[in-house]
Amino acid sequence: MEAVFLALVLMLSIFLGFELISKVPATLHTPLMSGANAISGITLVGALTSAGAGNEMVATWLGAVAVAFATINVVGGYMVTNRMLSMFKKKEVPSKAGGGS
Amino acid sequence: MSLSLELINVWYIVAAGLFIYGLKGLGSPATAVRGNLLSAIGMFIAVVVTLFSKGIVQFEWIMAAVLVGAIIGAVAAQRVAMTNMPEMVALFNGSGGIASLLVGWAALYNSGNTTFTHITILLSILIGGVTFSGSLVAWGKLAEVMSSRAIVFGAQRVVNALILITLVGCGVMFSLEPSLTSPYLYAVIALSLVFGVMVVIPIGGADMPVVISLLNSYSGLAACAAGFAINNNILIVAGSLVGAAGMILTNIMCKAMNRSLANVLFSGFGAVKTATKVEGEVKPIVPEDAFLILEAASSVTFVPGYGMAVAQAQHVVRELGELLEANGTEVTYAIHPVAGRMPGHMNVLLAEANVPYDQLVEMDDINPRIENVDVAVVIGANDVVNPAARHDENSPIYGMPIINVDYARTVFVLKRSMAAGFSGVDNPLFFGDNTRMLFGDAKASISSVIAEFKR
Repeated sequence: MEAVFLALVLMLSIFLGFELISKVPATLHTPLMSGANAISGITLVGALTSAGAGNEMVATWLGAVAVAFATINVVGGYMVTNRMLSMFKKKEVPSKAGGGS
Repeated sequence: MSLSLELINVWYIVAAGLFIYGLKGLGSPATAVRGNLLSAIGMFIAVVVTLFSKGIVQFEWIMAAVLVGAIIGAVAAQRVAMTNMPEMVALFNGSGGIASLLVGWAALYNSGNTTFTHITILLSILIGGVTFSGSLVAWGKLAEVMSSRAIVFGAQRVVNALILITLVGCGVMFSLEPSLTSPYLYAVIALSLVFGVMVVIPIGGADMPVVISLLNSYSGLAACAAGFAINNNILIVAGSLVGAAGMILTNIMCKAMNRSLANVLFSGFGAVKTATKVEGEVKPIVPEDAFLILEAASSVTFVPGYGMAVAQAQHVVRELGELLEANGTEVTYAIHPVAGRMPGHMNVLLAEANVPYDQLVEMDDINPRIENVDVAVVIGANDVVNPAARHDENSPIYGMPIINVDYARTVFVLKRSMAAGFSGVDNPLFFGDNTRMLFGDAKASISSVIAEFKR
């Protein structure tokens, strides 16, 4: 039963994902990808439960290394996405434009 | 203090909602920054409530690992140049992949695993491993640590099929008799890593945007599989959202090249056909004359390709664009879906150079009105403006939708010299009656035109 329920969650999420992403304009594909990539760092949650469960030492280490990698994915992913997105600006008022170099 | 499983799951639903709402926000430049922030808040919530769950009893390793990961991630995100974004995303995909592999592996140490759990553990190891090693190869190709060309050898498909069969075989053997030290477990881990390398090496050159999208999708699916392995809803939801997102981008990239995914995955680009050689005479132009034409133009479209980024010309291009606008010219930047080395790469580079996003137009928007464009300026793009894609059935890019710059009244092609482009196809655009070649470094050429403007 549990497996069936999880499969249902899986199916609905995939449909939702398709629905959400197909509307994103091409201009934002790179930040979309790095933003989605940051979300895939959710595996961090799984890594935390492995690293902190107080299981055998090997499991803890595997979990800890997973935590480190997943954190790189999450922190790096969100920060770089934010950095990219904050560069996208609408047309500015011509105060700065005429300056040149 | 610890939270009950029910309460944690409620918070996971909140986090999932924030991911969904955040992804929706990424759909428009005006809401994207906020969308990303919401998604980050969702992640923060998910992590914090997990730390408060009953299952977590020791924190030293977690704290150390989070600290190390956060520092590496933050420094990398701050330092990376926008031109190197594809490499960065490849590496981030890879870290997500290896994390899922390790989570799956560590889940074997949980008690009370069923056969279904063991299968999902194997899947998270497999997908995680393929994502990890595949991403490293993609990184190597993008960073030009290794040859960016497709690596194809005779019995490739046979070898790949054998690897896959052995993988499945080892997986079945492991599931029949699961044990922490089973040799089949190590075989599955090793073969997954090998398989990741094998699936990415035959893809190269112009197909890199597809690979990046695909690996992005895999990193989500790996997290999803890990979610099944440890019975965690948020991993399944978030992982499959990302998996779907990556799939859509992959599909868009494939369509933009008029190729099926299978074709991208299994045949090295350019290995099949050779284009009909076009012969003709190129008509060079000097910056002084280019300036005169641009000054008289009422609409100008820049068509950038990765060559623009290589020449670091985006800032001078923006400056020329501003001068033209000040001169009363309508300026747009037409961007092909596969220009650059990952989807949307050119847009980011132009945004970094302060080009307002409302001037960035998509191929399908510019093509219907390209006849009314006075001057199309092609900078460092080749395949995406190659008219052979429309009429030369022998061309490897035949059928790929292109930006029809040759229909514009005048085309300027900025090119270092006459050499075949990225995928080695000859481009009849260079010989067009309305084409003028502006030879030299793109940045230097544009700067000379700007100098004329300021005279």
